[in-house]
Amino acid sequence: MHPADRPGVRDSLRAENYMYVYDEYDQRIIEERVAQFRDQTARFLAGELAEDEFRPLRLQNGLYVQRYAPMLRVCVPYGLLSAPQLRMLAKLARDYDKGYAHISTRQNVQYNWPKLEDVPDMLAELASVQMHAIQTSGNCIRNVTTDQFAGVAPDEVIDPRPWCEIIRQWATFHPEFAHLPRKFKIAVNGSAADRAAIEVHDIGLEPVRNEAGELGFRVLVGGGLGRTPIVGSFINEFLPWQHLLSYLEAILRVYNRYGRRDNKYKARIKILVKALTPEVFAERVAAEWAHLKDGPATLTEAELERVAKHFVDPAYKALDDQSAALAALDAEHPGFARWRSRNVAGHKKPGYAAVTLSLKPTGIAPGDVTDKQFDAIADLAERYSFGEARSSHEQNIILADVEQSQLFELWGELRELGLATPNIGLLTDIICCPGGDFCALANAKSIPIAEAIQRRFDDLDYVFDLGEIDLNISGCMNACGHHHIGNIGILGVDKKGEEFYQVSLGGEAGRNASLGQILGPSFAQDDMADVIAKVIEVYVEQRSEEERFLDTFRRIGIDPFKERVYAKNH
Amino acid sequence: MQRIIKNGEVIDERWHLLPVDATLDGISNSDDLIVPLGLWLQSSHALKVRDGGLGVWLQSHEQIEDIVDDLKYFKVVALDFPAFTDGRHFSSARLLRERYGYQGEIRAIGDVLRDQIFFMHRCGFDAFAVRPDRDPYDALKGLQDFSVTYQTGVDQPLPLFRRR
Repeated sequence: MHPADRPGVRDSLRAENYMYVYDEYDQRIIEERVAQFRDQTARFLAGELAEDEFRPLRLQNGLYVQRYAPMLRVCVPYGLLSAPQLRMLAKLARDYDKGYAHISTRQNVQYNWPKLEDVPDMLAELASVQMHAIQTSGNCIRNVTTDQFAGVAPDEVIDPRPWCEIIRQWATFHPEFAHLPRKFKIAVNGSAADRAAIEVHDIGLEPVRNEAGELGFRVLVGGGLGRTPIVGSFINEFLPWQHLLSYLEAILRVYNRYGRRDNKYKARIKILVKALTPEVFAERVAAEWAHLKDGPATLTEAELERVAKHFVDPAYKALDDQSAALAALDAEHPGFARWRSRNVAGHKKPGYAAVTLSLKPTGIAPGDVTDKQFDAIADLAERYSFGEARSSHEQNIILADVEQSQLFELWGELRELGLATPNIGLLTDIICCPGGDFCALANAKSIPIAEAIQRRFDDLDYVFDLGEIDLNISGCMNACGHHHIGNIGILGVDKKGEEFYQVSLGGEAGRNASLGQILGPSFAQDDMADVIAKVIEVYVEQRSEEERFLDTFRRIGIDPFKERVYAKNH
Repeated sequence: MQRIIKNGEVIDERWHLLPVDATLDGISNSDDLIVPLGLWLQSSHALKVRDGGLGVWLQSHEQIEDIVDDLKYFKVVALDFPAFTDGRHFSSARLLRERYGYQGEIRAIGDVLRDQIFFMHRCGFDAFAVRPDRDPYDALKGLQDFSVTYQTGVDQPLPLFRRR
């Protein structure tokens, strides 16, 4: 049996041993990075490095210069956070920012108000809890993302986390790929459902088994959002796991050498894959890989075991599912019932559940967390979920290992903290970039749009009745809010200096991802809540029982929505 | 005289880098010359019979595949970085060392700065013509940025996981 998915031996292990723990090498690398960046910052502040020279250096460390202040993006590798790390995030928000931070759509954490000269100290603090900001921006390999339910999902085929960590280490300061044509995003999915949206990544990976039971990967390339949204193409249906890194290296080398650098809007790998065709791109990769295959980058059983042993199950108790007891509580507490039906997900172990803490209450920018909430989440993680939490690309936080018998008590605590809004997967669980309120790239604000929609749909029963609807908002073409794959997507556009919003319908993030269709001419900010209300009206009128928004849209097409939204005097 | 970094030390430069539009007219017989790829491809016979040392340099869009059969003629292969953010020749250097077994000098020229040369060195560059307005002694410090690396590289073919 393969070491990556060895059952049984895990239960006796200590609590800190279910996420990757740095050894002296990992620690030294991030400490040397702090020293390097401290020196770079000092040289910049002393005028020895020009702004243009410092820019790529700070970007590779997640430091943007934003509209009002620098923004520091801290890496949360594939979304895993320990309680001490959560407390450090709280401390940074308190000591260096305005008391809050933001969960990004790449599972990272962003600080919007640090001082440039403080950033080296922030990085030193992060390094003390095995965190960093390496490659969270810039034209390099970014944070590897995965399913927020990795390791606990009932539909999981293979735990993606060891593979994410192996890729993280390979990508960290990869000398050949530090200056790619453009940013590069890799996602790994290990489940039947695709909660990692791998089809819209530069590389998407799915661990699979072949007929002989051997482990390998399906490899997708050339997906992406941004200005030219494309669903990627699978170029290898079974790559034996030993060759993962040499194959990634082959893909990246072909891209580094042949990707366009003359126009940043044509520089992502998806443009190269499209220009060559996926078939020809696959041949190029195969030709390059033929030289690298079986070289020193070939993964070993020992390495896989070394990494995989960190991702073992925590010490689960032998429990039974609590269906009857929970149903009784549901009957007594409708609020609990609603929360449970939206925010509590199934778990591979009987008697356990995965709980999503909603960062989408009305009136708070989607994905924002205060220092007090971070500290409280750390405490809750320790009391309810083996000291671990996850950030999701939907900008929420998950406690993945909660005993079902403790759900009611946890719900009560989450309500006190404002983290129990029962809207996961619903219209008001809006995915939203920071937009023009913070981001220098944005054409338009996105947070006020999210708030206007949340206020319009303030009747929880109604939102609940509408069922699953992904609504995504991006403030510009860069598509950080992933608007193309929202069932309802909203894109901020600039028209002669004024902010307008384009609406698209029918996008989907999961398996067989699809991109939304543009509804028509864009709308003014003040009209947006009405526009979304009309779209929802059409759905409510047209849906058959139990039909999700996306299914209704696919059945009836875009025209009924168009007619309603653009109708005169309606 | 420009000073460059070679094998971890700052030394006097003795090679002449010919401009991209150089021709054979009036070319020195005895100087050590780094000629543009175009001139090499046009005039390799004439260049081979000179007495002086011979090197070749490639622009960032030029492919090392054009010289891999000729590597034995070159004491230096110089790879140009029109901007330090243009990473194409990181791959070129690795290929020259790892695939084509080139043992001579691989020199980074152009927008070569302290904060890039650690990675360049890992990819097989052993000489750095640091941008003339910068101090090569300062740039030399960049080679010490990290004492641990995860991946395979020319400087350390074994990835960390085979050594840890």
